[in-house]
Amino acid sequence: MKKNPYRTQNIAFFFLFLATLLIVVPVGLIVVIIIQKGLPAINWQFLSDIPRHGMRAGGIFPAIIGTVYLVTGAIIFALPIGLLAAIYLSEYSKDNLLNRVIKLAIVNLAGVPSVVYGLFGLALFVIFFKFGASILSGSLTLGIMILPIIITTSREALESVPQSFREVSLSLGASKWQTIRHVVLPNAIPGILTGTILGLGRAAGETAPILFTVAAFYLPQLPASIFDQAMALPYHLYVISTQVPNVDEKIRYGTAFVLLALVLFMNLVAIIIRTKFRKKKKW
Amino acid sequence: MVIFDIKNLNTWFDSTQALKSVSMQVLANEILSIIGPSNSGKTTFLRMLNRLNDLNPHFKMNGDVQFDGEDIRKVDVEFLRRKIGMVFALPLPLPLSIFDNVAYGMRMAGIKNRKCLAQVVENALKQAYLWEEVKDRLAESAFKLSGGQQQRLCIARTLAVEPDVILFDEPCSGLDPISTAKVEDAMVKLKEKYTIVLVTNNVKQAARVGDRTAFFLSGELIELDKTDKIFTVPQDKRTDGYIRGKFG
Repeated sequence: MKKNPYRTQNIAFFFLFLATLLIVVPVGLIVVIIIQKGLPAINWQFLSDIPRHGMRAGGIFPAIIGTVYLVTGAIIFALPIGLLAAIYLSEYSKDNLLNRVIKLAIVNLAGVPSVVYGLFGLALFVIFFKFGASILSGSLTLGIMILPIIITTSREALESVPQSFREVSLSLGASKWQTIRHVVLPNAIPGILTGTILGLGRAAGETAPILFTVAAFYLPQLPASIFDQAMALPYHLYVISTQVPNVDEKIRYGTAFVLLALVLFMNLVAIIIRTKFRKKKKW
Repeated sequence: MVIFDIKNLNTWFDSTQALKSVSMQVLANEILSIIGPSNSGKTTFLRMLNRLNDLNPHFKMNGDVQFDGEDIRKVDVEFLRRKIGMVFALPLPLPLSIFDNVAYGMRMAGIKNRKCLAQVVENALKQAYLWEEVKDRLAESAFKLSGGQQQRLCIARTLAVEPDVILFDEPCSGLDPISTAKVEDAMVKLKEKYTIVLVTNNVKQAARVGDRTAFFLSGELIELDKTDKIFTVPQDKRTDGYIRGKFG
């Protein structure tokens, strides 16, 4: 019997579609379960109060604030360095051994497990620089962790600016730096912002890097300076899920919901910015 | 007066030789057309003149190229490129407003005075025959202009930095006949003030606007003479063959 090619194709399509669907299902389930179990816990008191009764009641305000501080600190540190490194790599570096080693290092940095960053931060910032367990140490550790994300996405954004724009600018007598500053960078901003916000999301969600460098088990007051310890959402979630007995499920899922919402919100902002700039882009 | 004096120029991209011992001169206030099949080295020659080839790390050159009596590799490259403007094959406005596109070069040269910039922009747009069409919409994005208008905008942008020479790299390859005629008109008027080097794939265009015409083949300069001579009594039979459309 002759084989029907459309049949084979349909079967192939079916499996390809199934594989794609399998990616969506876990994401959907996680979101649905967390919303279902966490949403009832969300109210103004939960968001604005300090944890009470050994974290079995009250709110998670210090953890939210701590996470916001840490993420802000990480970006203040990582964005300028990452962007400058990306500009160097995409615009100035020549294709030689040193620069290939640098590029390889960045790729590998992205693959380092987050708990290793935590230990590194403990050794360097907490102990060697004597910053102690503090927002400063935690921010710097998170900053180093998200550097490769920022460098890689910024480099891609810079390199996607058409070469012809650079040639036009240079042919009009602009210097290389003027060309980067006035032509390349403005057109790379959406990509750079996207990378930054993806980095933010990653920094907000990680537990291991802040475990030894900043996170407080229980700290009902807000941090007063960058040398204070702070609570943070991911670590708080870990604590109330594993370290404290008899915490209401509602509070655990409520915390997870807030963390998830924060990260998804940041990713959403990244998507909106990208679409907005893409519409403006006309080449 | 000699603007470019080129002696024994050789260029390579890695080990591939793009131009082979080219010696020629470009004279003041002429339109020098360069014709030849693709891969003949015309564009390499043009981009060598304002050192744009230097952006390619694989590019190498030797020989002597003088601009106004000075070695182009010894003068400040930003200064050189302000003196030698370039219009590219496709209209390439920067993603800025019409005004900012034309003002770009002057701004990069450090001129900030608004009145002065406005004057420069107006003059440049007038010289490129675009002023009447855009004077009421200078703040609009340059991408809103038609292809032919964009190319005249690119000419205006080049004129605004007040160069001595303008290099045209197949400036009409993406334009319809009417836009092409407008760009050609602009070129002919411009040679009163500027020296023009025009690379073109359109042999008829070279015949229409060129004072002198150079024929390149496989990186060699085959023949350079007055345009009417090249098109009526070429000395080399390869020139004759190319003009008559026998190859290329």
